[in-house]
Formats: sequence, structure tokens, C-alpha cells
Amino acid sequence: MTKSVRAVAQAGGRWRHLLERERFLAPFLLLPSVAYIFALVAIPFGLAIAYSLSDATVGDPSFDFVGLENFRQVLDDPVFVRSLRNSIFVTVVTIVCVVVLAKILALVLVENFRGKWLVRFLILLPWTTPVSLAAIAWLWMLDTLFSPIDWVLRRLDLIDGSLNWLATPNLAMSAVIAVQTWRIVPLAAVIIMAGIMAIPQDIRDAATVDGAGFWRTLFEVTIPLTLPVTAVATFFGAIVVFADMGVVYVLTRGGPIDATQVLPTWAFFRGIQGGDLGQGAAIALFALPVLAAMAIVILRQVRRMEVQ
Amino acid sequence: MAIVETRALTKRFDTDTPAVDNLDLATREGEYLVLLGPSGSGKTTLLRLIAGLEQPTSGEIFIGGRPVAGLPPRARSIAMVFQSYALYPHKSVFDNIVFPLKAQGMSPDDRKAKAEWAAKLLGIEPLLKRKPRQLSGGERQRVALARALVREPSVFLLDEPLSNLDAKLRAAARDDLKTFQQEVGVTTIYVTHDQVEAMGLGDRIAVLHEGRLRQLGTPQEVYRDPADTFVATFVGSPPMNLIERDDMIVGFRPESLIPGPVSPDHGITITLRVHRTEYLGSERRLIGYLEGAAAETRVIVAAHASRPIPTPSEEIQEFSVRSEDLRFFDRKTGERIQAETVPARL
Repeated sequence: MTKSVRAVAQAGGRWRHLLERERFLAPFLLLPSVAYIFALVAIPFGLAIAYSLSDATVGDPSFDFVGLENFRQVLDDPVFVRSLRNSIFVTVVTIVCVVVLAKILALVLVENFRGKWLVRFLILLPWTTPVSLAAIAWLWMLDTLFSPIDWVLRRLDLIDGSLNWLATPNLAMSAVIAVQTWRIVPLAAVIIMAGIMAIPQDIRDAATVDGAGFWRTLFEVTIPLTLPVTAVATFFGAIVVFADMGVVYVLTRGGPIDATQVLPTWAFFRGIQGGDLGQGAAIALFALPVLAAMAIVILRQVRRMEVQ
Repeated sequence: MAIVETRALTKRFDTDTPAVDNLDLATREGEYLVLLGPSGSGKTTLLRLIAGLEQPTSGEIFIGGRPVAGLPPRARSIAMVFQSYALYPHKSVFDNIVFPLKAQGMSPDDRKAKAEWAAKLLGIEPLLKRKPRQLSGGERQRVALARALVREPSVFLLDEPLSNLDAKLRAAARDDLKTFQQEVGVTTIYVTHDQVEAMGLGDRIAVLHEGRLRQLGTPQEVYRDPADTFVATFVGSPPMNLIERDDMIVGFRPESLIPGPVSPDHGITITLRVHRTEYLGSERRLIGYLEGAAAETRVIVAAHASRPIPTPSEEIQEFSVRSEDLRFFDRKTGERIQAETVPARL
């Protein structure tokens, strides 16, 4: 009886000693995430590179090396050039809107008022909604016949009939940007809000005593001090928007006539629906240098600000 | 230069007990007034009320004879130095110093001249291009002072500006602060919980406890003639010895105890059982218990290190305190009273 208890205690002790050894514990804790990243990021990424250099199609997935042929064809395609331009345009405009709106929202949310937690909760809701569901809801909002937005505008005597949101190139583009902004703003606002709340009370008090009003405090104290956090929020937002195909796919399918075509949707139409896996992979890989460049620029910016 | 005055000033936060309770206080012209109290005594709240960073629940504040209720901090002609110095971390020292002037709308040339004048006064000219994070604690304090100085305020408000410095630096910074105030001659209100700082810096000390003003007086008055038992024990280290006797409390400073008995005409004799002694370099201390007392009463004796005091443990020793060194307090209220009959022995 006592013997077995001691044996258990010893076994427990040995296990505990093993966990305390850093050489064992560190790999042990890292293993699940490494396996996860390898299976869901590294393998698909390797496959994408392999496919982009092959003539594989859905009908004939056998691998024949064709070099950079896919990239050459993709670059000659005017729809690809348009998609790349659209992708960059949508991302840049969305991020500008997000930074401005999220900043305003964050400034409102840090104030004390009744029902603050409810407002914060409601504002975070769009972020918790799956992209496809949100996009479908917006599809109804922008419907040719039943759009409530058109209805309001009609009531205000601003328009006759309907705007045909998703069938008019400029309006369709605005709609995509609006939905992306709507989707990204909540998270960015919460991140920026955390940044604002991290500014020590003493510094805000000092600005007040020094005679800085609302605008001076905003532009000379609050914004510079939340710049690193804002850059991080921007970085995440930009990547989410640039890599997203759900919104465009559900709202416009890239139309009208490729007016809202972006890289992810074009890669999908080419590679999966068109069956040309090689070209699809090549198109998708074009997102890589753009995203990498974005990441490097913003991370360097953050680092520079931290050093100061 | 201005007089700061509060009348029946009260500040209540959400709690039942007010942070500042019906406080009447007035500085003198160009005075260095120290607000001294333990944490939670309301001293920082009082300073923030004067600065205009908090709004009073009731009562009035006057700066230079002018009621300042409802005026924002910038219109009160005050400058404040915060405990953390609250320098703007993204701005250079120069930009930190000129920030209040920019807010006033001063021209760039005037701003520059002003900043250079303040930097010269505080000896921080070589640092103007640096960022706050590249400065030492003492340098940051000077920058914070320079930022306060350029506005030429009529009142300086300092909130524990020395508490972030290490002990060695603190002594030097304390000297600097005093010299600086004497040069500028501006009325200064200085908040601290450190009684040594308060004694060293203050022209007068206002002792606060639980939001109330317990005593206002020169360091000497506060030390020699405490208004109640709180002031008696809070000011002075080691604190005043307090011994309950009938309906009053007898108080005397540790250094006023002299070895040996005394005749009842000249003072009182105290019998102690020695507990232990401490040698502190400049001073010797003896900790003992009052012999024959109903409750265990600790008494501390302090003497100059060169003066021998009895050392053996557990030995019974007699000490005496001269009449002029005795203070008496009401046992119920703790307030200072004049004793009619003085006991001969304790």
C-alpha cells in the first residue's frame, strides 16, 4: 500500500522533472502549433508554388514543369492587371476609412457614459459575424428592388427609382469598400482604444495643465502616442482585406465586367472554376510580395517609433 | 506670485468618506508650503483641485484673490510637476518645454528664447535635442520643471516630484528644488508623504489626515508642538512616545529622554525595562517597555551616538524628561491639551 503510493509519487515526480527541463518543455509546448502551421500553411504554400510552375489543370492534375510560363500568361491578361489594381485600391481606401473611423470610434468609446458596455458589445458584433453571412446580409441591403438604403434615399427625394448598387461599376466598388470597412473597423477601434487607454493619466493631465485643448491634445499627444498601435491595427486590417475573397465573391462575383475583380476572386475563378490550377496558383502568389512588402514597411515603422 | 486659498473645500468621490473634507487653507506670498500626509490623506486630491484637474463637490478656491471655480487649469496661472514627470515621450526635450507656450499661441522666436532661458536656469541646455527616454531621473525632473517654468505661473504645484528618484539623487534633487524655488520666488505647493522632505523643504507644513487639515505650521511648530496625536506620531522618526495616563496621553520626543531620575519640580521620571539597543551611526536608540504599566507600552529613547546610554538587556533603567519637553493630549479626541496636574513618575 505505502509502497505503491510512493511509486506513484515518484513517477509523478519524474514527469514533473521532465516538464521543468527547458529543453524538453519548450518543444513540447510548441509542437501543436508547429504541426498546425505546417499542415495548414506550409504544405498549401509549397503546393501553390509547385502548381504555379506546372501545367496542372482540374481535368489533368499530373505535374509537368513549365517554368514561368503561367506567370507570363497571367501578366499578359488585362483582367489580372485590373484585379491587382483593384486589390490595391480597395485595400488602401478601406484602410484610410478604417483608420479615421476607428480612431473616432475609439475616442468615443474611452469616454464614460451610461450603457458603455452595451455600445462596445454592439460595435464589436460586425467583427464576430462570419464574412459570408455578413456579405449576404449586405447583398440584401444593396438589392436592386428591395434595398432599404435606396428606400431611405427615395423617401428623402434624393433619387428616383433604384441605384442598382451592384450593377454600376463605381457603386459596386464603393459597396465593396464600405462592407470591408464595416467589417474591419470594430477590431481596429478596439485595438486603438487599448492604445489610448494605455496613455498614462499623468500625460493627459499634463496636456490639460499645459493648456492644450481637445484638438491640440488629439494631434500632438493622443495620435502620436497611439501611432504604433494604429500601425498594427492597419497591418492586420490590410492583410485581412487584401486576402479576402468572400465579400467580392458574394456581392458582385467580381462584376460588373471585372470592375470589382480582386486577386483572390480572380485566382479562384481562374484556378478552380476555370480549372487552370497552374494559373490560379500563379495569380494567388502575386499577393505574396505585396503582403510581404506591406508587412515589412509597417513593422519597420513600428520599430522605428519604438526606438525613438 | 499669488496666494492660494481654499474655503470649506470638500471633494467626494463615489465613496462615503470625502477625500477632502471641509478644508480651509491659505498659503502666504511666495511661500513653500508642503502638504504632508500618509497615502489616502487627500493631499494629491487637494493639489488636483487647486490645479483644476478635479472639480470640488463644494467650497471655494482662490488663486491670487480670484475665485477659480469653473476655470480650466490653463486659466488658473498654475504649473504642475507630476510624480511621473509626465513628459511627452515622443517629443524632444525642447518640444516638451515649448508645448505650453505653443498652446498659448506664442511666436516661434519667443518660444525658443523662453525655452533657452528655462533650460539655462535648470542647466539642461545640452539635453534639448534628446528624447525623454534618453534622460536620467534627475534630468527628467529638470525638464518637467523647465516645462512648468516657461509659462511663468504664479503658483507651482509639485506632486511628489522626488519619489521616483533613488535615495542618493533625491538628496541632491531636494537641494536643487529649494534653491530653484528661492531663485524664482514663486508660491509653491508641494505634496509629499515623506516627513524628512517636508521638514527640509517647507516654509510651512500642512499635515493632512483623512481629508482634514490636522495642523498648519513651520517645521519646528509641527515637530515641537503637534496639534494632536496623529501629527505627533506621523512627524518625526522615530515618532513621539505616547503614554496613556488617566484621562490624558503624555507625549515626549525620543531625544528628550535623559538617563537618570529628576526631581518632580523639573520633570518626570520614567522607569523602563530595556528591550534592545540599536546603533545607527550618528545616533543610538534604546527600545524599552514601561515598567509597571498595565498594558505593554513601548518607549523609544534616541541619543547622540557619542552619548553613552545603558545597554544591558532586561535591565531596569530610569530616564527623565524635563517639563518643557512634555506634551499632553486628550485621551478621547487625541487633541493637544494643557495639563493641570503633571504626574511625577510614569
